[in-house]
Amino acid sequence: MPLDTTTPQYRRDDAGSQPPLAWPDYRSNLLRHPHRPLTLLPQRLGEITGPLLGEGRVGPHDNDLTAGHDGEPQGQRIIVSGRVLDGDGRPVAGTLLEVWQANAGGRYRHDGDRHPAPLDPNFTGVGRTITDADGRYSFTTIQPGAYPWRNHDNAWRPAHIHFSLFGTAFTQRLITQMYFPGDPLFFQDPIFNSVRDPKAREAMIARFDLDSTVPEWTLGYQWDIVLRGKNPTPLEDEDDDDD
Amino acid sequence: MTEPTATPPTATPAAHATPPLLTTPSQTVGPFFGIGLPWEDGPLVVPEHTPGAFRVEGYVLDGNGDPVPDAVVETWQADPDGRFDHPDDPRGAVRWKDFRGFGRCPTDVEGRYGVLTVKPGSLPTPDGGFEAPHLNVSVFCRGMLVRLVTRLYFPDEEANAHDPVLNSIDDPAARSTLVAKSAPFGYHFDICLQGEHETVFFDV
Repeated sequence: MPLDTTTPQYRRDDAGSQPPLAWPDYRSNLLRHPHRPLTLLPQRLGEITGPLLGEGRVGPHDNDLTAGHDGEPQGQRIIVSGRVLDGDGRPVAGTLLEVWQANAGGRYRHDGDRHPAPLDPNFTGVGRTITDADGRYSFTTIQPGAYPWRNHDNAWRPAHIHFSLFGTAFTQRLITQMYFPGDPLFFQDPIFNSVRDPKAREAMIARFDLDSTVPEWTLGYQWDIVLRGKNPTPLEDEDDDDD
Repeated sequence: MTEPTATPPTATPAAHATPPLLTTPSQTVGPFFGIGLPWEDGPLVVPEHTPGAFRVEGYVLDGNGDPVPDAVVETWQADPDGRFDHPDDPRGAVRWKDFRGFGRCPTDVEGRYGVLTVKPGSLPTPDGGFEAPHLNVSVFCRGMLVRLVTRLYFPDEEANAHDPVLNSIDDPAARSTLVAKSAPFGYHFDICLQGEHETVFFDV
């Protein structure tokens, strides 16, 4: 039975706005990137659909990473809020966001993290929320610390929060990192700098926001996240699969 | 269509109101996603004890053939009728309740992942053909800056011979990297990020 419909298609990203597959400056990338060029996959039903997860995955306090423990975590309390949009500026409503991060001392609550900074008994560093009808989200957390990682001489990761988003289609799945403005460590970080387009790099940096800053309580940062945009008409055989 | 129209299209007003926005760049999941991403029920595409359910298991391997212990594998698939519980599937309601269609499993210290699922149906294509039953697979890991996408096909499907995606890959050895092997628990499917047996990865 032919599929009698015009399915939406998602625009592919411009070169340079996404990191390359191979990025030797990031040492653990060497054995973990494919050598063959990617094969162009036409977007059909399996690509334009995706898991619609949200309700039921998020508890009432999951977007407050400072809660859920006996005491207050160490560090500067912050609120990170913003919108999830698609490439055409439409809000993405009801999508699940998952975040994880290091504590104020730059240490993750993970067995593999050997950085000799203290663990904080009042901070796990994991949060979840879903976007509202306008695509808005908000997390309360603490400012994560920078940490060393041995990628190169005197290598330190800039402070960052990991974000995972689903959007509404398999093509929109995104895992990224949010950085903080004015971080002095950007210049030497190969993960941040794997994005070659300066505007795209800038898009990973949150903006300090006095409006969402709460007096006597917390600093506010704004960060909008953009998932791939949809074309109104199908595109056939786009010739953009070169390396 | 290139014909000029008197009034602008109204189907997608936002597309005309604002210039396209840059997609936020992808970044690595890093080594410590284990605190944030795994779900207890992540590997259950269908609930346990679903009739006909089987496991898909395999290893994620690097360019040396060594297991990758800090990867996460996600799957997305149609239900056994070949339908997606999604508004952009125009064929109407799905019949399978409790079918999430989505699986997520981090690799263990030996580089192994596994999900519990059922075989999806074939999918119709716009040109009147069909795609053979398959899973869409995403791979994330430390060391990888962008998600890799591949597909898992089933070895016991005659429909594979007519699948447009499999047929688009000329090299039989490369094509075979997309086909799982039968195993006592279901199907075995290794994902080789690099090297002689490198899995075919897709640009979606």
